[in-house]
Amino acid sequence: MSPSIIVVQLLSGLAKAMVLFLIASGLSLIFGVTRVVNFAHGSLYMLAAYLTYSLTAALPFGAASFYVSVLAAAVAVGLVGLVIEVGLLRRVYKAPELYQLLLTFALVLVISDVVKLAWGSENKTGPSAPGLAGSVPIAGQLFPTYDLALIVFGPLVALALWWLFYRTRWGVLIRAATQDREMVAALGVDQARLFTAVFALGSALAGLGGALQVPRQPLTIVMDTSIITEAFVVVVIGGMGSVPGALLAAVMIGVIEAFGVLVLPKATLVMTFAVMAIVLIVRPWGLLGRPESQGRGAGGAIASTSAVPVPRAAIVALLAALVALPPLLPTFHVWVLVEILAFALFAASLHLLMGTGGMVSFGHAASFGLGAYGAALLMKLAGVTMPVAFVAAPVVAAACALVIGFFCVRLSSIYFAMLTLAFAQIAYAIVHQWYDVTGGDNGLLGVWPARWLATPLRYYYLALVACVAGIALLGVIGRAPFGLVLRAARDHARRAEAVGVNVRRHQWLAFVIAGFFGGLAGATFVFLKGSAFPDYFSVPRSVEPLVMVLLGGVQAPAGAPLGAAIYKILDTVATKYTEYWQMVLGVILVTLVLAFPRGVIGVLRRG
Amino acid sequence: MKITRALVLVAALAAVAMATVPLGAQQPPIKIGEINSFSGIGAPFTGPYRSAVEMAVEEVNAKGGVLGRKIEVLFRDDKGQPAEAVKHAQELVASEKVALVSGTFLSNVGLAVSDWAKQNKTLFVAAEPLTEAITWSKGHDYVFRVRPNTYQQGRMLAASAGKMKYVKWGTIGPNYEYGKRAWETFRDRLKELKPDVQVVVDQWPALGKIDASAEVGAILAKNPDALYVSLFGSDWLAFVREAQKRGLFQKMFVVGILLGEPEYIDPLKTEAPEGMLVTGYPWYDLTQPAHKEFVARFTKKTDKNPVLGSLVGYVTYLSIFEAIKKAGSTDTDKLVAAFRDLKVETPVGPITYRAVDGQSTLGAWVGTTKIDAKRGVGVMVNHEYIAGDKVLPSADEVKKMRN
Repeated sequence: MSPSIIVVQLLSGLAKAMVLFLIASGLSLIFGVTRVVNFAHGSLYMLAAYLTYSLTAALPFGAASFYVSVLAAAVAVGLVGLVIEVGLLRRVYKAPELYQLLLTFALVLVISDVVKLAWGSENKTGPSAPGLAGSVPIAGQLFPTYDLALIVFGPLVALALWWLFYRTRWGVLIRAATQDREMVAALGVDQARLFTAVFALGSALAGLGGALQVPRQPLTIVMDTSIITEAFVVVVIGGMGSVPGALLAAVMIGVIEAFGVLVLPKATLVMTFAVMAIVLIVRPWGLLGRPESQGRGAGGAIASTSAVPVPRAAIVALLAALVALPPLLPTFHVWVLVEILAFALFAASLHLLMGTGGMVSFGHAASFGLGAYGAALLMKLAGVTMPVAFVAAPVVAAACALVIGFFCVRLSSIYFAMLTLAFAQIAYAIVHQWYDVTGGDNGLLGVWPARWLATPLRYYYLALVACVAGIALLGVIGRAPFGLVLRAARDHARRAEAVGVNVRRHQWLAFVIAGFFGGLAGATFVFLKGSAFPDYFSVPRSVEPLVMVLLGGVQAPAGAPLGAAIYKILDTVATKYTEYWQMVLGVILVTLVLAFPRGVIGVLRRG
Repeated sequence: MKITRALVLVAALAAVAMATVPLGAQQPPIKIGEINSFSGIGAPFTGPYRSAVEMAVEEVNAKGGVLGRKIEVLFRDDKGQPAEAVKHAQELVASEKVALVSGTFLSNVGLAVSDWAKQNKTLFVAAEPLTEAITWSKGHDYVFRVRPNTYQQGRMLAASAGKMKYVKWGTIGPNYEYGKRAWETFRDRLKELKPDVQVVVDQWPALGKIDASAEVGAILAKNPDALYVSLFGSDWLAFVREAQKRGLFQKMFVVGILLGEPEYIDPLKTEAPEGMLVTGYPWYDLTQPAHKEFVARFTKKTDKNPVLGSLVGYVTYLSIFEAIKKAGSTDTDKLVAAFRDLKVETPVGPITYRAVDGQSTLGAWVGTTKIDAKRGVGVMVNHEYIAGDKVLPSADEVKKMRN
């Protein structure tokens, strides 16, 4: 590798890092102060890019139009953030933590369709930055002038943020709130206003990032989801809430990726996640983050005091209906019921982790995927029969959860969540690349039930038995002494330790149990579809059960299956009847969150 | 009040008119299930496909439909997820009783639907997925495919590239099956034609997530004589902008599979690189009267120029109509039999669905890119249509792959 290549590749990495930094610093700021895991951050980034594209064409300022548009788009998106905070998020701050996540997920859906409606779904090439459109020779190679400008601009923004945080009273309050927001509130600071301002500033930073990306990257309607995971990775590596950390992590990721492309060209799928996993295993709170004060359940733990009572008669009636009705239903309804059952179990297994254990996983798709691939590979490679594969698949998932859990349970809150995501992504990359065994992205085909089970009704009853048994067992585990200990560890790990509980070992076991039942859900699903694909491990597949648990209500184990049923039915109906199903689903979710801020099952709560 | 009364009258008339329609129709319509990626990563390319499908259906219904019955297409969004596509197939067949299922854009979605069709003995007409596996290694009796696959297009390009002087080759493509196979088939054929070819760099960015700056740097570092590109969509657009600034196109000859298709060259406007060897669809130059009419009707309907997806959508549904006519029924087995050796007159000439693997003989155009200053977009020049059957393996070879 010649020195000139190293110099240019380093500059490439830095330019990318600057955009990443802008987006990640906004995300980090919002999380640090408000504890909102803002999935819609990528959507705001996308919105700003499209606004810049249209404004540049519409404004009459000649060469200055682009720069005016960048500023205008950042401000406009900051205002959108303000409206979101005041209009929606503020109404659910009192709900259990993470309910805001459900709201921001709904916003992702809505904004995605808004962009599709306003700009169409075709890819677009944005304008170049006037005056910076060319290149300059550096070390014997041409390098884009615009990228050089970004490398200068990024640190200037960082400097401005530093000034804001360390040289203004407002900044002091922000830093104080990041460390202990209850204390800041107790000292008489208007929290509501602080939250609004932070959310607007964070959104504007996402907007600035999106606007500045326009000359470098084409506009697509999926640019929201492709940036959001990367932004979270940067935030977590840097340490949640730390702006200098975000800068450091962005530079690290940008540069490692730029050189990684030279050394391991096929590893781009997984490189950032591998880096994150290593950083988190070595430094559980990111590079510049601080350990969180115990007992506040920051970002992860959902404090719920009492379980919501679900009338026994209702459960018996539901079970009776599930047994008796399907023979009378049309075939497609039976198939949808199998899918709902699989997801009900999948959500219930996540509930054990996040509800009972207070461990929010962003990577639960790993168990689902391992169950599905486990079953498929046992049939294809080991040649076992379908019933054996069906029963053995959850064991495969549990075995993998044993390894993954070993590393994950050392972490807490959002860091735990992101490490689980990293492992799910690593699993995704392996399945995606290992063509000889997993079939790569073309997946494994022909994974059908045994012939004696192959009618829709027979398979339905198998799924019913497997999933209902799984959900019931999870309920028993949650109420058993083991579950109570998990709750104790969730609510106060140090006190639990003080009375002799091995917190980590309990959490580890919970992780394995959740992996087992997630695997059973995956196995149920794979024989319904007949094929397994890497997207079973994808981020959306991890987010789905999270949304289901929150939608149903995290306080009761029954909330998860209920949420799964509601979500799947809404999704199936909306997708059938409208092209803009994301908009419909998003608006319904927002309404449900505002109407039932403790989940739908919360209506059963007395008083 | 007057207005209200007039409105009531109009509404009443409309109601009467609507009520009489079913009386006129003799038979229920023939339903066809169309599954495609209307959201997610395939979404930028499926809009024009859908418009052309609607156009084909309107045209055939205006002529009285097929077998005296109207055609009705039910569109479903697979969101780019194979499992979602299977769910739609289940719904379309079980609840809507469609005669057959067609569509799909992404290869893995196509394979999932194909496997479901095999298991459930349903006819599946794969429109756009390019993977060879659909008709060969994972092929079966119930699947037919319209577009020329990666193998065919790779060989078309290799035939031209093999005559050139370039020895040191590099490649960049999305890190999934399409990108890999597009390169391997090209490389293998190129080495047959020109044994001294060596590969000095291969770059595989994740689909939809290219870090263009770093990738261009990696290619320039190895300085190949020629570069084979199987990027598409947003990855390709990002790559071009960066490569233009870094002078990549001046330093090496570039071959691009699919990159002459309007889907991928139009969004680049005048930034499109000139002098690339590509496969594509030069709709603006084709002189067949049937094609000129197709373009005129499509432009009139959508106010947009056609893209390859439009042609594929149109040809797919023409083929389906022909098959139903030939079968004289919507019975699956009869349709499958009808599709074997089915001949279809398309706007770009006659094609046949091979009995041995269900692959159509629709071909592609190979040419060189150039900027059309008047329209402000890149176009293909010196292009030649290569029929699909000229680059397909023989029946014996196919039979071996299908076992």
